[in-house]
Amino acid sequence: MKVLVCISNVPDTTSKINFVEGDTRFDTNGVQFIINPNDEFGLTRAIWLQQQQQAEVTVLTVGDASCEPILRKCLAIGAQKALRIDTTATDGFAVAQEIAAHCKETSYDLIITGRESIDYNGGMVGGILTGLLGVGFVTNCISLEIENGTATLAREIDGGKENLTAQLPLVIGAQKGLVEEDDLIIPNMRGIMQARQKPLNVLAAQKNTPKSQVSKFEKPQPKGPVKLVAEDQLDELINLLHNEAKVI
Amino acid sequence: MSVLIFAEAEKGTLKKVGFEVASYGRALADLRCEPLIAVTINTNNVDALAQYGVDQIVQIQDDSLDIFSAQRYAQVIAQVAQQKAAKLVVLSSTADGRYMAPLVSVILDAGYASNVVALPSATAPLEVKRSCFTNKAFSHTTLSGETNIIGLANNSFGLHEKPSQPVIETLELTLDPDPVQSTSVEKVTGKVAIADADIVISGGRGLKGPENWHLIEDLAETLGAATACSKPVSDMGWRPHSEHVGQTGKPVASNLYIAIGVSGAIQHLAGINASKVKVVINNDPEAPFFKAADYGVVGDAFKVVPELTEKLKAFKSQTH
Repeated sequence: MKVLVCISNVPDTTSKINFVEGDTRFDTNGVQFIINPNDEFGLTRAIWLQQQQQAEVTVLTVGDASCEPILRKCLAIGAQKALRIDTTATDGFAVAQEIAAHCKETSYDLIITGRESIDYNGGMVGGILTGLLGVGFVTNCISLEIENGTATLAREIDGGKENLTAQLPLVIGAQKGLVEEDDLIIPNMRGIMQARQKPLNVLAAQKNTPKSQVSKFEKPQPKGPVKLVAEDQLDELINLLHNEAKVI
Repeated sequence: MSVLIFAEAEKGTLKKVGFEVASYGRALADLRCEPLIAVTINTNNVDALAQYGVDQIVQIQDDSLDIFSAQRYAQVIAQVAQQKAAKLVVLSSTADGRYMAPLVSVILDAGYASNVVALPSATAPLEVKRSCFTNKAFSHTTLSGETNIIGLANNSFGLHEKPSQPVIETLELTLDPDPVQSTSVEKVTGKVAIADADIVISGGRGLKGPENWHLIEDLAETLGAATACSKPVSDMGWRPHSEHVGQTGKPVASNLYIAIGVSGAIQHLAGINASKVKVVINNDPEAPFFKAADYGVVGDAFKVVPELTEKLKAFKSQTH
């Protein structure tokens, strides 16, 4: 079984978000980049498939050379090989087209993306990739078992979960629940040393056609100060929520 | 040309997000001087869309669509868009809406922006404002497809009534099968889902243990609210993961969010920031949540919450 895990290089969850160049570009100054958390849940599940069912796990990112440290980290976690498609990731459509072009040349049984990246929150790549490849798709995936080419899955829905089955090949959108936070693999020294010997290949980009472009970023308006209510004045809190905020 | 919306239903009845998407679609259609068309699937009360300015309703009745299928629903929306020459399609940000939207975009070769929070600032080219960096920023994004799809962020536009007299038609479509089959749906009954809730009550580590969650549940029941929790609480197994809200958990965009014993880590605040009014109850006046909240009570949750619940019960019985 061949598994591809698509990885996005995103700012650490605690990063301060600032913009430069007239608010047209994210300020990477002092920002640490990490494996997109949703992708990392998917990668961990893929490594289990490798350990338990001899899956071959490849990780892939679309981006410039600055994305390579996180690919090395994926190799240290246990992926067998890494691929970088060498182009600037413009929008979800372009990224999905690049991944689809690779998947048409090298077929995979299972393709894992995160349900969304935590920076652009597009939530597009998995679905568009699915459409371009004409295969099955389950996003918000919280459970996955594979036996004899059939996947049994669950996805989180509003207010519950849905159980599903599908034949491979399949694309899934991973999220927390597919594995737990405690299951995430922290690379050990042996993994880090081995990762240096594993292949990280750079592929030339295909022709892609983005369908959106960010013209400008904007930060939310700063909030006014909190209105404090004394703990023995809870009637006042109810009054404020009813008459001022009008939410109860 | 037209603007098309998909009005989502649950068990045959339109959901509130269906009306919000219709309200947004109406305003969008007015901007473009085009008719607003709604497509519904196996929905009984389509007449209710007349309150929100829909000009035409395309009603799909097909027993094979009783169970949601992302690929088949996407085909329905795309085929109706093609038949009605819709160059703009508006979908909701429910779990199903976000699942379908990219699939629709491939069929229509359309541009797609998710998490859109306002009407477009320009229509040619189409420029939308969407939230990104998990509510820590917005981006102004230009969509350049010949057809484009807007995923409207939940509770961002609100409901705007504008009565109309829609023409209703039924349509029969031929759909390809979905390679993915649903086998069963498990929904918690008798509880409000976080995604649908107007009010969310959330508990953090300050509650000291799962045995104290009745404080959260009683308050939630009094307000008809959903219950949620912070990441450490779900990681420790005090509450199910489905209640975890924040950057890697569920997003919240409720009208009122009450955080009890939640310190307010940056990842938590990001996930709940789209809520309109935030209240914090915490015994630590230095908790970061106080900087993000609209109203705050510095006090012991074990004393404040039961008292607040009692007072709200009295308030509710007076006002209703």
